[in-house]
Amino acid sequence: MTQLDLRAERIANEPMSVVGARFRFFGGVDSIVDIWRHRELLFLLIRREIKSRYKGSTLGVVWSLFRPIAQLLIYYLVIGKVLGVSRGTPDFAIFVFIGLTTWGLYSEIVGSSTTSILSNSGLVKKVYLPREIFPLSVIGSALFNAAIQYIVLIIAIATLSSVPFNWGPNILLAIGGLLLAIVFATVVGLVLAAVNVYLRDVQHIVEIALGILYWASPIVYSFTYVNNMLHGGWLEHVYLYNPATLAVLAMQKGLWAAGSVPFCPPGGAACITQYWPPHLGLSVAVVLLISLALLWPAQRVFARLQGNFAQEL
Amino acid sequence: MSSTMPSIVRVHGVSKRFVMHKDKSLKERFLNFRQARRHTSDFYALRDIDLDIALGSTVGLVGHNGSGKSTLLKVIGGIIEPTVGTVERRGRLAALLELGAGFHPDLTGRENVYLNAAILGLTRRETDRYFDDIVEFSGIEPFIDTQVKFYSSGMYVRLAFAVAVHVDPDLLLVDEVLAVGDEPFQRKCMEKIAQFQAEGRTIVLVSHSAEQVGSLCDRVVVLDGGVVQHDGDPGDGIRILRAGYEAERERAAHLAEQRGLSRAYDIESFDTEAEVGADGTALVRARIGVTIHEPSHDWGIGMEIENTLGLQLYAMTTFDAPALPNTPGYHEVTVEFPDVRLGPGTYLINVGVGNSSGVNFDRRAPGGSFVIPGKDYGNGILRLTPQISAK
Repeated sequence: MTQLDLRAERIANEPMSVVGARFRFFGGVDSIVDIWRHRELLFLLIRREIKSRYKGSTLGVVWSLFRPIAQLLIYYLVIGKVLGVSRGTPDFAIFVFIGLTTWGLYSEIVGSSTTSILSNSGLVKKVYLPREIFPLSVIGSALFNAAIQYIVLIIAIATLSSVPFNWGPNILLAIGGLLLAIVFATVVGLVLAAVNVYLRDVQHIVEIALGILYWASPIVYSFTYVNNMLHGGWLEHVYLYNPATLAVLAMQKGLWAAGSVPFCPPGGAACITQYWPPHLGLSVAVVLLISLALLWPAQRVFARLQGNFAQEL
Repeated sequence: MSSTMPSIVRVHGVSKRFVMHKDKSLKERFLNFRQARRHTSDFYALRDIDLDIALGSTVGLVGHNGSGKSTLLKVIGGIIEPTVGTVERRGRLAALLELGAGFHPDLTGRENVYLNAAILGLTRRETDRYFDDIVEFSGIEPFIDTQVKFYSSGMYVRLAFAVAVHVDPDLLLVDEVLAVGDEPFQRKCMEKIAQFQAEGRTIVLVSHSAEQVGSLCDRVVVLDGGVVQHDGDPGDGIRILRAGYEAERERAAHLAEQRGLSRAYDIESFDTEAEVGADGTALVRARIGVTIHEPSHDWGIGMEIENTLGLQLYAMTTFDAPALPNTPGYHEVTVEFPDVRLGPGTYLINVGVGNSSGVNFDRRAPGGSFVIPGKDYGNGILRLTPQISAK
């Protein structure tokens, strides 16, 4: 048999499949299979994201450390020392760094997912790929950046922490918080990535919203300050409904050992016990489950909107 | 052959409607919410297309700008979803709608090969296997570890093309990207395409070059305004496409006339005939009747002879010949081509009237045709009389 006959036989035996996978409400499984088939490409795209960010720079990936370190120094000096917040917050540097890295991961996933389809418009218009790959690739590169920062954080905790690290169940809380940040940001990012193709204003709104929400989570100030101001009122509940806030709090509760013991400032002032919201572990678990469940409708919205991407770009 | 081949693509009743938004920003949409309809307009890029493409065929999609041919290619490729209808497909697809889509300027050639191959559907292991072939085909070995932003545009497309042809597709979709690079590389591309055809791969290509379509395709689909105008023989397809261009030009000329811009020179009549002698050589005679309304400083006649697939065989002008009469009124000019040795077939003659500064007054394409009958040992455009002897 010639090559031609072999091909003819193979093609004749292959069933016809409908192109473009018309939107079906329960088509989520197909999409996952499609993405799984393109996993190698996904990893290459993640590498491309990471490499191209530090293109041509001598220090390369090391730069992804300097930004949070610079931020850390500013907050440590300006807010901690000059404004005196660190007097009520033990191990202030570690505290701030936990919040910065977690928020950084969350906001990077949301922010760069939003523009991911637009910035890959060349590919979207010219090649058929499961389009979820583009937000997923920026999520991958955000995770990579965060991983480096967490390594630094763990070193800092091991060397600088004034209270010995407590390997208790709190570490589970940190893992839950991290997962919550990733999953919820992915849900938001997927939807915004698709909507931004049709309404370009979204990316600007997201930029501003992330800037505002940064201050709506206990990153540079501890939750104790919030509780002192709001005294557990309805506003505090609203504050705690924010999944990003829950994620940051869980990370702090899990990794900031000094926050779990009473802190007696030198100089004889009254000892301070950090206030933590009640049932933090339960709230994180519930919101994490809800976020996981929301992944499906988010993917469906994305799949519904992606049909016209190529012509809207 | 193609009748026994299984089909690889089936297009059923596909229409594609585009909605043109005239406003994009939130403010504009909000302000115009009430009259949203007024700010959108629909247009159909494709209307009720049915196609069945058999494995191993090479199909050319041709048409004027905006006829919907690229849209149809994108619908087949799954890049654009049809508004109505479905497309069914099987086998492995590679879409070459733009060379180097997905090349990242800051990555090296090597990294881009892996990335681009993955985009076109190759696994890492397959890319490892083809990598040396790809680099050799592209001919840019010394630069493979250089960032592609430092590549010349020729190197860039060569690498991209090399990746694309090594993807091992059953169905290759090509949009105007054949014939890139210098002449030796172009020859390599065409050889690769011929090899693809021999291996029974299916190629669907969009092209503006009638010559390319004529030489590569065994089936031509002519689209006009999103509707299939012709589907089948390439020669007929190209003729219909040309006739369409011609009709458009005529319409433009007619409009110009209505606006009072009368043509200075008019081709009134054009006849061609061929007298074929016993030895197979032909005498081709063309008679052109021209009416001169306003004489220009000079004028001349241009003619082209083409085969039905649009391959130009000969072109001439009368500017170097003795001057033609240049007074208002009707003139008849005869051009004779003695001793024409062409293979059997139909040939077209295009004719035009213009002056030496490049102004074109009138044109007819095709103006006429002639037929060379007969049989030959071989076949081709030239009539040769091979003498065969053996010892």
